[in-house]
Amino acid sequence: MNLDQARGALVQEARELLVDMEDALLEIESDGYNAERVNAIFRAAHTIKGSAGLFGLESLINFTHVVESLLDQVRNGEKSLDGSMLSLLLTCGDYIGSLITAVEDRSEAIDPNPELRAHLISQLNEYLEQGVEPVVEPLPEQTQLSQVPSGKVDVLTGEEVGSDLWHISLRPNSDVLRNGIDPLSFLRYLSKLGRIVYLHTLTDTLPLAEGFDAESNYLGFEIEFESQASKQEVEDAFEFIREDSQLLILPPHSKIEAYLNLIVSLPESPRKLGEILLKSGALTAHELQRVLALQSAAPQPAPPLGTLLVEEQLVAPPLVSAALSKQKQADDKRGHEQVFIKVEVGKLDELINLVGELVIAGAAASLSLRQGSPAAMSEANEAVATLVEHIRDASLSLRMVAIGEVFQRFPRVVRDISKELDKDIELLITGADTELDKSMVEKLADPLMHIVRNAMDHGIERSADRLLAGKTQRGTLRLNAYHESGSIVIEVTDDGRGLDRSRILAKALEKGLVPPDQVLSDSEVFRLIFEAGFSTAEAVTNLSGRGVGMDVVRSNIEKLRGEVEVLSVFGQGTTVRIRLPLTLAIIDGFQVRVADEAFVLPLDQVVECVDLGQQQDLHDLLNLRGEPLPYVRLRSLFGLPPSDGTRESLVVLQFGSNRAGVVVDQLVGELQAVIKPLGQIFAQNKVLSGSTILGDGSVALILDVAHLIQRASAAAENSVSANLRRADGSAAVARTQ
Amino acid sequence: MTVINSREETGRYIFEIAGEFNIYSAVQLKDELLGLLGSHKQLEIDLGAVEDFDSTGVQILLLLKREAQRQGRSLTFIQHSPAVREVLDLLNLVAELGDPMVIPLDARGGRP
Repeated sequence: MNLDQARGALVQEARELLVDMEDALLEIESDGYNAERVNAIFRAAHTIKGSAGLFGLESLINFTHVVESLLDQVRNGEKSLDGSMLSLLLTCGDYIGSLITAVEDRSEAIDPNPELRAHLISQLNEYLEQGVEPVVEPLPEQTQLSQVPSGKVDVLTGEEVGSDLWHISLRPNSDVLRNGIDPLSFLRYLSKLGRIVYLHTLTDTLPLAEGFDAESNYLGFEIEFESQASKQEVEDAFEFIREDSQLLILPPHSKIEAYLNLIVSLPESPRKLGEILLKSGALTAHELQRVLALQSAAPQPAPPLGTLLVEEQLVAPPLVSAALSKQKQADDKRGHEQVFIKVEVGKLDELINLVGELVIAGAAASLSLRQGSPAAMSEANEAVATLVEHIRDASLSLRMVAIGEVFQRFPRVVRDISKELDKDIELLITGADTELDKSMVEKLADPLMHIVRNAMDHGIERSADRLLAGKTQRGTLRLNAYHESGSIVIEVTDDGRGLDRSRILAKALEKGLVPPDQVLSDSEVFRLIFEAGFSTAEAVTNLSGRGVGMDVVRSNIEKLRGEVEVLSVFGQGTTVRIRLPLTLAIIDGFQVRVADEAFVLPLDQVVECVDLGQQQDLHDLLNLRGEPLPYVRLRSLFGLPPSDGTRESLVVLQFGSNRAGVVVDQLVGELQAVIKPLGQIFAQNKVLSGSTILGDGSVALILDVAHLIQRASAAAENSVSANLRRADGSAAVARTQ
Repeated sequence: MTVINSREETGRYIFEIAGEFNIYSAVQLKDELLGLLGSHKQLEIDLGAVEDFDSTGVQILLLLKREAQRQGRSLTFIQHSPAVREVLDLLNLVAELGDPMVIPLDARGGRP
């Protein structure tokens, strides 16, 4: 893994941790304090700091360090987590997020928001300082002193050494370098916690050329360290190397016994270690003598070298196992993130399984080809085609992600906006595991955000108004997603005041968007709010103001080949429903022909095919088993030469709840269509959604069913109303007679 | 990619290590440098173009020094690059290696 990839992994991991942190904070806010969640928050901050340490990202380390300190106190029960602290921590999370973005852009040298940083740090420090006064936290040295010696040693003597420096002995195992851990990075990190006064590098175990393995570690370190940090912090500096090394940390003024233990447990000879300790200033000559005297008095044989027993007496019980498994997880995660896509193992297995079968089917096909039996050949061909289709589905599903990825940001948004607006709003999320194409997830976020903001700002009323209207005090906003006939449907529903049909209509008339005498259905009226004319600031606010920017939402959704509709009951609430195609890449198509041109319709939207026979068209409407069905003739739509008198067929299409038919010359059959975009020249032609290449190399146009249906319905309505007028006219004539 | 360039200056054999001197190049550099040591009585290794330097690099410098001493040859490291200097300073190994090190004025204020 090179450094860039590792940075990428750091960014990705930190983002995930921030999401976890935010989730936990919001859960605490809604469900109350919970030790597990506080731990989750602490771990997130801690791991971010740890990874930042490996890269020497100081700005990030320093900030998360303060956050972590506060969280640590919360975790230990020294501080209680109140509402304002939650808000502060949420904002801190946002700020860390912006630092991570800076790391991603390689602009970490510049602080993204220095004022915010200063403000947050001062607030955090206020909390931190509050805690110092109560008796909860004794002076760090005292805690450590009581921790350092085990009971057994303590009985002997309580003599302390004079040095006010930390003494750290680090002996990394020989394979740390191979595991990608360089002790140097820990020493560098240590110098951020304080000052390395003296460092002795032990090189005695370095073998001569014959036994030298360039990737093994032979170095050891004895460090004299000056710092105000707590023992926990100093230990944490070595968190990621601790299990791969022998590590002894002696706080300032440790007892003589602690040094004795050190000398006994380290692999070097007591004399050599004594010299180092003396040279580094850890012990005075007198103290060293005491230690060595104790050592010779100690019962022989000395405990086996490197035994953990001693170390356990010295090192405050760290969450070693937790840290260990955590680190493993982080490593695993990095492995996946090298390519930056996460795929469910099940999906991958399925794909590999299918490819295996394809190989077998391919072998069968070449065998049948050699035998020259047409029946066997067509059978083999059939098998290969089926498998190709399955493989297509399986590989496309690799691109599918749960829409929860988009939804997950909304709890925070709803929380913040409802605070800002002083409204009581509850967010319900359903169908978060509904999958859609990854490329759409990103493009969906903005329109959804807009709709949600609108619903909260203009839809849901204040508590007092809600009570007056006989509703529950707390408003509800629901995000829902589900699959329906080859589309994914996303709904944003509120139980607010709903859309006022008459006001929208009045506004539309005023703007000249509709002719005065036009009769409009509810859905047509509501669709008006997506018109560009409604997106002006003057949109009347008590009209629920939903026009603002909704035309942008619509055009964004339409870029994804989707559509938006609004359902609303005045006084009871509004639902905005977005319908999107499942994928943008390959579809199951149904091929038809008109004259010599081939067209493809998305198979998902084809309901049935009907032989049209000699039935003649009546005002763009057909009678399909007693139901009127609007239809269009592709021949006239595309200006193709007239039919040579063959019987025509009707393909019935459905999109959402609307149906329409298209009349074609010939039904060809199903095919898999790889969608190729059409050039800019066709951008205006909404009936076409793309093109595809057929098996014989010719091009077929893919039709956009939603627009076809709209066109057919509009044509049918026009001709029907024209007809009615004509009928009215003749009735009037009849009466006058 | 790490390469060793050689040059000769008035009878001195100077080999310059250019690129990373870390775990990725450690095996290669160890073998090549030991080879050079075996074939030259007097050798200077120029570290001026070393970009990334880690513990494995430190160990190889130490190894070469010891091998030189054992085989009775003369080996000097020269032109330590900032990356090398930083590590040797941190590990307090400048004295042990015993090579003259040129310290730029701006980098180290009062320290010798």
